[in-house]
Amino acid sequence: MSVTHADSTYDTAHPTTEGTELGTPATETAPNTAAPGRGVEHVVGRVSEIPPGEGRAFVAGGTQIAVFRLRDGSLHATQAACPHAGGPLADGQTDLNVLVCPLHLYAYKWSDGASTNGAPPIRLFPVREVDGALLVEV
Amino acid sequence: MTAILGGRPQGLTVLHMDDELDTRGRVVVVGNGMAGARFVEELLERGGGEQFRITVFGDEPHGNYNRIMLSPVLAGEEHEDDIVLNSHDWYADNGVHLRAGVRVERIDTAAKVVYSGDGTATPYDHLVLATGSYSFIPPMKGVRADDGGLLPGVYGFRTIDETRAMLAATGSCTRAVVMGGGLLGLEAARALHGHGLHVELVHAAPYLMNAQLDPEAGAILKKSVESLGITVHLDVFASEVIGDDRVRGVLLADGRQIEADLLVVAAGVRPHTDVAVRSGLEVERAIIVDDQLRTDDPDIYAIGECAQHRGEVYGLVAPAWEHAKVLADVLTGTDPDAEYHGSRTATKLKVAGVDVAVMGINTPERDDDEFLVISEPKRGVHLSVVIRDDKLVGATLLGDTRKVAFLTQAFDRGAPLPEERIRLLVDLSDGAEEVGVAEMPADSQVCNCNGVSKGDLCGAVADGCTSVGAVMDRTRAGKGCGSCKSLVKQIVEWAADGDVTEDESASWYVPGIPMAKPQLMTAIREQDLRSVSAVFAALAPGGQEDAKSKMGLTSLLRMVWGSDYEQENDAKFINDRVHGNIQRDGTFSVVPQMKGGVTTPAQLRKIADVAEKYEVPMVKVTGGQRIDLLGVRKEDLPAMWDDLGMPSGYAYGKSFRTVKTCVGSDFCRFGLGDSTQLGIDLETRFQGIESPAKMKLAVVGCPRNCAEAYVKDVGVVAVGNGKWEVYVGGAAGATIRKGDLLATVDSPEAVITLAGRFMQYYRENANWLERTYDFVPRIGLETIKAVLLEDSEGIVADLDEGMQRSIDAYVDPWGQDGKQPATPGQFRPALPLIPLPKVPVR
Repeated sequence: MSVTHADSTYDTAHPTTEGTELGTPATETAPNTAAPGRGVEHVVGRVSEIPPGEGRAFVAGGTQIAVFRLRDGSLHATQAACPHAGGPLADGQTDLNVLVCPLHLYAYKWSDGASTNGAPPIRLFPVREVDGALLVEV
Repeated sequence: MTAILGGRPQGLTVLHMDDELDTRGRVVVVGNGMAGARFVEELLERGGGEQFRITVFGDEPHGNYNRIMLSPVLAGEEHEDDIVLNSHDWYADNGVHLRAGVRVERIDTAAKVVYSGDGTATPYDHLVLATGSYSFIPPMKGVRADDGGLLPGVYGFRTIDETRAMLAATGSCTRAVVMGGGLLGLEAARALHGHGLHVELVHAAPYLMNAQLDPEAGAILKKSVESLGITVHLDVFASEVIGDDRVRGVLLADGRQIEADLLVVAAGVRPHTDVAVRSGLEVERAIIVDDQLRTDDPDIYAIGECAQHRGEVYGLVAPAWEHAKVLADVLTGTDPDAEYHGSRTATKLKVAGVDVAVMGINTPERDDDEFLVISEPKRGVHLSVVIRDDKLVGATLLGDTRKVAFLTQAFDRGAPLPEERIRLLVDLSDGAEEVGVAEMPADSQVCNCNGVSKGDLCGAVADGCTSVGAVMDRTRAGKGCGSCKSLVKQIVEWAADGDVTEDESASWYVPGIPMAKPQLMTAIREQDLRSVSAVFAALAPGGQEDAKSKMGLTSLLRMVWGSDYEQENDAKFINDRVHGNIQRDGTFSVVPQMKGGVTTPAQLRKIADVAEKYEVPMVKVTGGQRIDLLGVRKEDLPAMWDDLGMPSGYAYGKSFRTVKTCVGSDFCRFGLGDSTQLGIDLETRFQGIESPAKMKLAVVGCPRNCAEAYVKDVGVVAVGNGKWEVYVGGAAGATIRKGDLLATVDSPEAVITLAGRFMQYYRENANWLERTYDFVPRIGLETIKAVLLEDSEGIVADLDEGMQRSIDAYVDPWGQDGKQPATPGQFRPALPLIPLPKVPVR
């Protein structure tokens, strides 16, 4: 997906207002976006809502997800609850390789969601930024 | 009887390449026992099969078998097929030419050829002698038949053929005499006794296993052996074997006669050196080798029991295997400079049903050697250790080998010893019976926090984890409260059979920065690194940040820089981001400060109102004499703090937590000092100070210890006449430890000063998450006393200054973040679709 193309699309289609409703499907505002993949893209919030290195939880199309902005600026979205014991992943700690759940310190790789210490894998969701807005495909 | 152990089915042959066409060097190994065969394995492992044509001569017709296991075979506990290590097929499959049943007679060192009993000559480029030992048959009248062989019914105990012959004889014999009360003799006696024979053991020394044990331990072993029903004769030798055609009995030197139809001679072994002697090599007790196992002929090497290195001849398998490794390194060029520098021999075995572990020396040799003995003859237990210059130089464990893992490690690596030496032999930490790691069932849980069993740990080792850290990462054992770490270490070392690689990272403060704490602190100061991301950028390999290192670094930076530290919330654990302790459902606990456990009706009223207003599911009095509001939603935290109007009690951080007190002299009729006020003063001064792990304190007004000061990180006890005792390093959590008395001081002010110095010393020197109960024994109480009381390092003023800097930087986090969030969405729900709390309201 070309970034410039997406930018131009969202420039007009998406009002970068603060009051964007959680879970507003991005498809409604941008019908002809380049291929969103299998799922549906949702605008969940603003990148500025996530401090560097931290995660925040959002709801995208009725699914709660955790979105992280790493120290290198990259964005990642995962399921919100840890598969091990339901811990709040958005409260976890990160580096460029893994996310660590705060409850029992299970770590998950950003690359494929697999645990480095024996827990079941977590689900990853495509996420991108367009003009400061967070778009998550669920 | 003639079956070949590990033999090949008949009709199979092996084709060999024409010698003339093969350009590989020729390695000839003489001896196919534990040492020779292991050497061939080590050679192949290093690609030696490509480099060399390997020929192995074995005196016995068999493949390679585990000689150590002959005792269980004799006892009928193991089948001989199960002790085969390398079958004839293995040699063929690996292109090794095995000449089993062929004895080497002589070496022509000039022509570099070995001549064997079958009349053949085999040229070599490198010759390895691994001829082992033979059973020593002491000179006794009548022990040999006319043909020079042993009289029928007399056996050595060295080979599978001898073992088979004895096993066959157990069917027809009824009375056995075993000569020799060493390891082998005792094993033979037990095995024969198990087959229903009447067994008498004759030992020339005054006590059993005299090579390994001291007289007292030997005496206790004798009792254990006799309790099996074996008669033991000490301090006497057999002078004559009675019987012309076969054994009928033995005559002892003191004139007694013992009837027997089976005689086992286990009176020691002698290195097989006749080939070496005949070939002109230098031989003393055994074949003399240098640090590369080379004899005085540059192309001839000797390994195992037939080698004498720096005056030592070893009779154990471990040194032989070390020889094999070094020589394989040298010959293959894997490490041409590899050297062998001798072995520290430690053995653990079961003799006659009794556990024995022996390492190093068994009695003190110098005036200032420490010697600790625990002797329980009734229970058949005798334990002793010899310590020299704070290092373990010897240990003997008889009848109880539970501490062998720790002792072996201390012996092999010179690990630090507990100051209370008795802890080397006895576990005083709790009343529960500790089971040796070898005896633990595989499903027994080791790490209770993460539910990791011994079997899981062994599995990780089997899967290739070679260090304790790797096993912990894989299984997450020891990653909870950490109290099982030493047991995890013991099990990993046991499972890896001692072959554990040292965790380089074990000395690092945090896993992501390859530096010990002092170097890290120096670098942080010198390079003026004030944020966690700056530390990663400057000091981490490749500038890579590491999630699991962030929390420890945040703590360290706050200590080093005080208020000049640059805050980064992502570098904090969630507890420190929102100043509450995360609970299992993602809610938090709120514990207001209640200095010294003293509260007021107004405070209680406020807490009650807040609990009702926010529908707190549980209100509970904590172990630290405070009130805990549990199950609070993250988004409610700032409002609750505001309503409470009380500072944080820091019940969530790796920090100074609380000071428990008793009611002291104001009310208690026994109180000797105002413990309540001192507790409040301590908490006022040190509130919220971050530290490597939590610090829990207590002050009691008399030694009745109602607030449990003896088991706190810092515990203070009033002892009368205005005096206060300060204890450090106590614990009553997963580990229970009474604190060590640091000093007795004259005033509450002196208590506060000393407690501050100790805590700062701990903050600056402890590893991340290392509690004081590990820190104090690690550093040593004497060292800590010298540093803090006598200023032996001249750092006391710095400690005071460092602590003051942290005290000055203290800000109540609730007062701060409650009003102005530190980051956007600091208190947003992390599970927006799950109604919290999920815990039941009580």
